[in-house]
Amino acid sequence: MEKNTRCFFSNSSPNLVITCFVAFITIILVRFLYVIYRTGKPLNKRTPQQTLSTLIVLGSGGHTAEMINLLLVLQKDRFTPRFYIAAATDNMSLQKARVFENSLADSGVKGISAEFMQIYRSREVGQSYVTSVWTTLVATAHALWLMIKIRPQVVLCNGPGTCIPLCVIAFIFKVVGIRWSSIFYVESIARVKRLSLSGLLLYKLQIADQFFVQWPQLQRKYPRAHYVGCLM
Amino acid sequence: MGEARDGVKVKRVVFVTVGTTCFDALVKVADSQEVKDELYRRGYTDLLIQMGRGSYLPTKSTGDDGSLAVDYFTFSSSIADHLRSASLVISHAGSGSIFETLQLGKPLIVVVNEDLMDNHQSELAEELAERKHLYCARPLTLHQTIASMDLNSLVPYSPGDATPVAKLINRFLGFPEES
Repeated sequence: MEKNTRCFFSNSSPNLVITCFVAFITIILVRFLYVIYRTGKPLNKRTPQQTLSTLIVLGSGGHTAEMINLLLVLQKDRFTPRFYIAAATDNMSLQKARVFENSLADSGVKGISAEFMQIYRSREVGQSYVTSVWTTLVATAHALWLMIKIRPQVVLCNGPGTCIPLCVIAFIFKVVGIRWSSIFYVESIARVKRLSLSGLLLYKLQIADQFFVQWPQLQRKYPRAHYVGCLM
Repeated sequence: MGEARDGVKVKRVVFVTVGTTCFDALVKVADSQEVKDELYRRGYTDLLIQMGRGSYLPTKSTGDDGSLAVDYFTFSSSIADHLRSASLVISHAGSGSIFETLQLGKPLIVVVNEDLMDNHQSELAEELAERKHLYCARPLTLHQTIASMDLNSLVPYSPGDATPVAKLINRFLGFPEES
């Protein structure tokens, strides 16, 4: 009798662990497939008074100018609070975003809430691949920390490589159920014939809910993209 | 062309800009006698070079001896002012510089940096050149472009519009259409 009981436990306990593990994996997988299925599907109707916290990923060069052109026409009372993120080595972009937010405040837009943050880059131009293993880990941890703080409902990005870890984390948040977000990617106007690496990744992995391109040639090549004309 | 009444020269400035990049090939070729002669022949009086992070220093000249006046600087917070006062802009292929110049309605020659590894930048310049908004050149062909260009045949660029993107984003998120 006693022997039987022991047998029962010693047999069942690994079974239980395996069952739990399989159940867990199944739940994650189902949830993952659900998120994939819902990606790109429009959200339910909402009232214009609702607000959505918005993460805006900035990049150097022409990227920030294009993003600000988009922000100019987006409804500031809907997309609020706004969180701006730029690479730690890029001082110009956040400065431009600050000027933009200040100009909004000056022109009488009420209840402005904007925060500006910098993020470590996983790899600087010319950095060796050996040290970039370490810096990638640090950059990922930093991105995770920022995303846990922000938990955006909308992610806007237009090209810099820094948007990849942020978008992947936003996607994981959807799977795990921390926060549902909609990811919008606008390919840079500089891309006429081929997508950037960031764009290609977000397009192929179907992480972006909507994918915009500024030249008709690109839309013909990537049919799921929306052609929207030039932003500049 | 450069001469004016009262014996005072009307300034016609050529502004060369490389943005925040290092593009010595452009600075060097802009400073070459070939290009300077061609610019002078086409009626320009001043050459101002924004050389960015490059190390090649052009030779300064006051232009008193019947040639092009040459000056340079590395960076400036008032690039927009320099663009505004220019009669011709010669720029690297960065989209920021390109659109800032086009939106000011200035004639533009974009010089593509052939030393860049991932040279996607030429895509934009070539596309806009095909649409006749600007001229696209390489460092070695710049003097030919200057010699043969016809600025009257350039088509003014009408600024783009982000409202289609904003509309699609709003519709996706379930916001009602703006009335």
